[in-house]
Amino acid sequence: MTAHARRHGHALAEYPPGDLAIWVFILAELLAFGVLFAAYAITRLKNLDLFNEMQLTLNRDAGALNTLLLITGSWFVARAVAAIKADRRHGAANFLLAGIASGFAFLVVKYFEYSAKFDAGISLDTNTFYMFYISLTMFHALHVVLGMVILGFVWNKARQGAYTAREHHGIETGASYWHMVDLVWIILFPLVYVMR
Amino acid sequence: MQFKSQAVSKPYFIAALGLFVAQILFGLIMGLQYVMGDFLFPHIPFNVARMVHTNALIVWLLMGFMGAAYYLVPEESETELFSPKLAIALFWIFLVAAALTVVGYLLVPYATLAKMTGNDLIPTMGREFLEQPLPTKLGIVVVALAFLFNITMTVLKGRKTAINTVLLIGLWGLAIFFLFSFYNPDNVVRDKFYWWWVVHLWVEGVWELILGAILAFVLIKITGVDREVIEKWLYVIITLTLVTGIIGTGHHYYWIGTPEYWQWFGSIFSALEPIPFFAMTLFAFNMVNRRRREHPNKAATLWALGTGVMSFLGAGVWGFLHTLAPVNFYTHGTQITAAHGHMAFYGAYVMVVITMISYAMPLMRGRAANSNKAQVAEMWGFWLMTVAIVFITLFLTAAGILQVWLQRVSATPMSFMDAQAQVSMFYWMREWAGVIFLIGLIVYISSFFIPGEEKAKA
Repeated sequence: MTAHARRHGHALAEYPPGDLAIWVFILAELLAFGVLFAAYAITRLKNLDLFNEMQLTLNRDAGALNTLLLITGSWFVARAVAAIKADRRHGAANFLLAGIASGFAFLVVKYFEYSAKFDAGISLDTNTFYMFYISLTMFHALHVVLGMVILGFVWNKARQGAYTAREHHGIETGASYWHMVDLVWIILFPLVYVMR
Repeated sequence: MQFKSQAVSKPYFIAALGLFVAQILFGLIMGLQYVMGDFLFPHIPFNVARMVHTNALIVWLLMGFMGAAYYLVPEESETELFSPKLAIALFWIFLVAAALTVVGYLLVPYATLAKMTGNDLIPTMGREFLEQPLPTKLGIVVVALAFLFNITMTVLKGRKTAINTVLLIGLWGLAIFFLFSFYNPDNVVRDKFYWWWVVHLWVEGVWELILGAILAFVLIKITGVDREVIEKWLYVIITLTLVTGIIGTGHHYYWIGTPEYWQWFGSIFSALEPIPFFAMTLFAFNMVNRRRREHPNKAATLWALGTGVMSFLGAGVWGFLHTLAPVNFYTHGTQITAAHGHMAFYGAYVMVVITMISYAMPLMRGRAANSNKAQVAEMWGFWLMTVAIVFITLFLTAAGILQVWLQRVSATPMSFMDAQAQVSMFYWMREWAGVIFLIGLIVYISSFFIPGEEKAKA
């Protein structure tokens, strides 16, 4: 609940959920990814053959597994919000931890995926497709890390019992950011790995 | 003024304004040299005038930031400055070093100055904006470290606020990135690559944090809006700044010999750099609209709003104009860059320092605000300088567009000097706008000498 709502005793339901500042940040992030995706799409149109050929060299299974992991992570985080609304404080903290663990598993998969590529001598300079592949996925992976940091911060407070059914603004703020990280991957995966 | 030690910022502000005058005078000299090539030759050649113009700007803004920090940090920390004596000593060291450097520029040929000051020990001279001789550069490091020590100790013993934290990160970043001015690789690509770590990561990175913190401080004081609200805005703004500005460095890496991917990174991220500046505009207007008190210092409010608008136009819009790689392919290093540089520096950093001076100076002189008459004069200064910079920017933009066309786009491209001759009319107009700017500056400075006080209303 915002300070404003707290002072004036407004009802619990608020929109958008979480802190308004995180939404400004989320929109800015989505804009940045949007521009990156548009740049990818336009460049792909100009180099269709190269992109179609190079796309086949990506590890689609790793991408699919990571999609599953992030969606699972988002489910955990959504459960955390539901749990705290029912005042189950321990449950909320545990669900947040499970969300962080999903992010960690995502990074492990990414590590093996990148290792294979880098061992094969692939870099930003290999070609335009790989320039986009590495930049887009790395940029996204950094957001997974940031999302984990935010969730970690919220988890730590939740563990100490800082949130209740009435006051769980922080959990909703963290959850909103985490869903953004998930959403971006759900667009990124088909765009770069699958669509032809 | 709540704490006695805040008064140490007064000499910093006075010296800053003195150097501001010097900067503008040398700007006018070199502006004239654009159209009268031998004006004041051989006494003040163009390269020397340019060096003094840009270095004086940087030094007076640094003086302004330091003055602002000395005023702001004790009040935010709710404690006296760790060592006011150190602050005063540093002021004199910095001022004397700056004066000696300018004298060196003016009296000795640059190459001789380099020999005299031990440039062969660690070659750092000869790079745009970082022309200072080695002793001056070392002096800057010493002053910056001692200054940071003083400020950090004050913050550590007092209240911790978001404004203090952001300001400290900005100031530490400023000092750390300056260290790259000592790194001057022989490889000219690497040289340029790291040179931007000072120049770009200052003005499009850490300086923006300093700007945000100062603006937030003054807005809290003049509007009385909840600290909670203002700090939230500040966090959003600095996050956006860092997300866009750091990788945005790439917009300087298009044509210097770095890999091609920088054209993508630079274009995409720097295209988003106007967003934090736009957020700053919204921030300033929103807070003033939601004000809970009528502060008697109307002039400071005007400067704060002016910073919000002009930084967005100068840094945001005029930066975006030529930031995309396909556009920059044609505009790189033309008068378009000069147009952007003038409005961005004025709109963001000159104005925020003057915002702080405008707010703090009357308090240090023992009044809530200057007399109505003095404030009216100050506002005349504001409008004359601001309108003049808008015209300087427009004339340089026109010169730049024409230059790009004649020299680079046309089917029969002209040589550099032929194209310069064709755009000279715009240089004359720019020079006259510069004269108006100087008049505005004189009016602004004269407002300090109009006595009297405007009392705070209950």
